[in-house]
Amino acid sequence: MKCRTCRGPAIIELPRHNANFCAEHFLQMCRRQVEKAIHDHDMIQKTDRVLVAVSGGKDSLAVWDMLVELGYQADGLYIALGIGEYSEESREYTERFASERNLKLTVVSLRDDYGYDIPTATKVTGRVPCSACGMSKRHLFDKAAVDGGYDVVVTGHNLDDEAAVLFGNALRWDVEYLARQLPVLPSRHGFPKKVKPLIRLTEREMAAWCVIRGIDYIVEECPMAEGNRHIGYKEALNLLEEKSPGTKSSYYLGFLDRMVPVLATIAATGADSVTPCIQCGAPTGGEEGSVCAFCRLVERSAAHEPVSVELIRKKSRSQKRVQAEASKK
Amino acid sequence: MKVILRNPRREIEIEGRRRVHALLVELGLPRESHLVIRNGTLVPGDEELDKDDVIEIRPVISGGF
Repeated sequence: MKCRTCRGPAIIELPRHNANFCAEHFLQMCRRQVEKAIHDHDMIQKTDRVLVAVSGGKDSLAVWDMLVELGYQADGLYIALGIGEYSEESREYTERFASERNLKLTVVSLRDDYGYDIPTATKVTGRVPCSACGMSKRHLFDKAAVDGGYDVVVTGHNLDDEAAVLFGNALRWDVEYLARQLPVLPSRHGFPKKVKPLIRLTEREMAAWCVIRGIDYIVEECPMAEGNRHIGYKEALNLLEEKSPGTKSSYYLGFLDRMVPVLATIAATGADSVTPCIQCGAPTGGEEGSVCAFCRLVERSAAHEPVSVELIRKKSRSQKRVQAEASKK
Repeated sequence: MKVILRNPRREIEIEGRRRVHALLVELGLPRESHLVIRNGTLVPGDEELDKDDVIEIRPVISGGF
């Protein structure tokens, strides 16, 4: 197996490009895909101060690594979610990555700074863990970006993430979500600009980037995301990809090219009335004088005694068993 | 060869030589969602793995939004 660029020995095959690459030219291909995404969607300027949302996983560490390599001024923000050993380990990977490269990393702890954690918030809300987790992270990334004077927040969402979300939105024909599934959310109403430079690269490519670059990251899956609907969508899309390489990129990138313009009028009619939260001042979609969803979550969760990850996982597994048995009847 | 699997981390022993593709098929692991690593280096699909190799098959799917 030979590298498409230099004809030296290849270390990875990429059927979607009908090509194999050596380490050097694989990294070059990844950089070019990121530069193209940044350029085509006007994501980041060289003078921007960038805040990277880092989790200790492959995607966020890889995007931080790439942006620094490409000459951007990128700092990191890690949120300690309190998901037991998983959170402790992912924090260690993140801190090690930053200190080895002399990069600036800010850590916000849900438990220490806000008095709750994700397992407890999951118990209090009675919803899936990813719901309280996503909402907490979005709020705190926005806040850190605004408070720190950053021009743009970068997240490590890759092609597989975006294709899976698109698949879910299309399965439900959720037209408003489809219209808002963009790789760039402009800064408006007090929210910072948010961008996804990895939309042209797959998870496998991001994991390969980390292996080649010697980046240690948390390989284990978040214990609270077990059985998550999006993982099922990714597995389904990967079955299609195996049979027909390039399916995921033509699905998602084709959506950006051909469907997003069709949906533009719907995107423009989205919620425009935003008022500041009366507790924290963050922009919220509620009426004048309302409290934002994050402050409501903090208030309820901090008042509850801490709940362990194991308890939530046990409950989730027994709920799934009941559902599976009910569906057999 | 010794094969290290993840999520959860465990080790299995496979008898004899195998090409990477054949090993993934045998274990029922899709190529699109796994990397094969030997001594910290990626191994492509057509590479033959030796019976004394220690390899890691690393899943790449992550979830949670």
